[in-house]
Amino acid sequence: MEPTKQMKSEQQKISELRTNELSEPLSEEEAKRQIQHLSRRSFLRGGLVIGAGFLGWKWLNRQYTDDGTNWVFRRALQVNEGIVQGTFYSANHLSPTFPRAQAKDPRENGDFGLEEELDADAWRLHLYGLAEGGETTEEGMAMMPPPDASLTLEDIKKLPAVEMTTQLCCIEGWVEVVNWKGAKLSDFIEKYPPVKDENKLIPAYVGIETPDGAYYVGLDRESALHPQTLLCYEMNGKPLTPEHGAPLRLVIPVKYGIKNIKRIGVIRFTSERPKDYWAQQGYDWYAGL
Amino acid sequence: MKQISKKHPLAIRWFHWINFPVLFTMIWSGMLIYWANDVYHVGFGDKTALKLFPDWFYAPKRLMDTPLEYHLDSRLSEGMAWHFLTMWFFFFNGLMYVLYTAISGEWRYLLPNRHSAKEAFQVVLHDLHIRKEPLPPRKFNGAQQIAYTSVVIMGIGSLLTGLSIYKPTQFAWLTTSLGGYETARFIHFWLTMGYLGFFLIHVTQVIKAGWNNFRAMVTGYEVIDVPASASTSKASPAEELRP
Repeated sequence: MEPTKQMKSEQQKISELRTNELSEPLSEEEAKRQIQHLSRRSFLRGGLVIGAGFLGWKWLNRQYTDDGTNWVFRRALQVNEGIVQGTFYSANHLSPTFPRAQAKDPRENGDFGLEEELDADAWRLHLYGLAEGGETTEEGMAMMPPPDASLTLEDIKKLPAVEMTTQLCCIEGWVEVVNWKGAKLSDFIEKYPPVKDENKLIPAYVGIETPDGAYYVGLDRESALHPQTLLCYEMNGKPLTPEHGAPLRLVIPVKYGIKNIKRIGVIRFTSERPKDYWAQQGYDWYAGL
Repeated sequence: MKQISKKHPLAIRWFHWINFPVLFTMIWSGMLIYWANDVYHVGFGDKTALKLFPDWFYAPKRLMDTPLEYHLDSRLSEGMAWHFLTMWFFFFNGLMYVLYTAISGEWRYLLPNRHSAKEAFQVVLHDLHIRKEPLPPRKFNGAQQIAYTSVVIMGIGSLLTGLSIYKPTQFAWLTTSLGGYETARFIHFWLTMGYLGFFLIHVTQVIKAGWNNFRAMVTGYEVIDVPASASTSKASPAEELRP
């Protein structure tokens, strides 16, 4: 650094400091004056950032809600969903399986849609959106159109039976290993094909509801076709009990437990994203694992 | 005589201060997720000796006729929404910090070396007022090098365990290699407790070190004493003790 003979302006000294690691030796007072000058700007900037952050937080809290959460979070969840589906989701990624002996009866969590007494003989699985069948309306259940097909449990059992011991992951954070037996949803879709869309694919979504319509979940096509997605009628070697979703429930290890709907009454193939009970309460619609 | 010396680069100051609210949000939203299923306790078999969060935590007694109900155990969706938005800021800020320190050469001050462990021990003795000798006159001493490097490794650990419980099917190989879903969640949780421990020690040390040191993290500059053989050479400015 050049020794200074002339008085330098404050700005010169500061800009010199900004480009150098170390100032020239300064008197106590001069050092104090310069560091205060340097600090003022930084602290002012820091204060502005804190202020902006606070305003941003206030702004966030004022945003309108989109199904139980504000649209910023809803959008963020959707972006995450897109990243998962677009980059690393694969039907070849399987949920880990466990020895049959590790399976336990899971806790009875969630009884929405199970309030009415089950009449096993009268139970039917109603399908909407099939390639062959009755008329479908966009109004869906609200119009109560006749289903394209109504199946019995025997119809499901005619499909190849699959058994697996997988982990049931609750969105609350606990996991339980359970043994399941049922038919692959992909086999079921092959047997009862829905109307294909313009790309010769099955519709983008599957909506599933309890018979009384009190509980309902929406699935994306890829998750519905995953090889571990089953329509189950047996748990741990015994027929399903009513609390666990008799006579037929969904088991889908690529989703949180909330999507594993019990006592299925209606399956609907649709090109529009179906409503989902917990997504309406502010949870992620995708809820994929 | 005094000198004004550049201490922390602008980039590191930004990374540091951005990380503060981001990590806070990650920890708070993470706790909202944890409280939905508060299972960690000290116990044996079915017997519970000590719950991490006792029952009164969720339903505190009325205080001066005001019910203290925060519904901490029923804010899961709120916690998840915040957690899975903020995670991107945590990830990118941490990634940029690591890249910056690697490329700029700042890592030389931060990475521990073979003397760091011994020095860290001396720092602890010094802080406990057992050892009288002054601390090494460097930007970061051995204890700091170990602490600041560990916290980056913990961050990587949080990302990996987080990913393994966020998508345990897509990243089944990762979840399995971390010991399964429950183990990964346990590690994820205790890493968070580790940050809280880090934070407490860090803030204590910053308060102890004083204003000149704290200001350097905001402005980048600190005031130092000119050594006896006053020289304006940049070569090796004597630096006072600082955390």
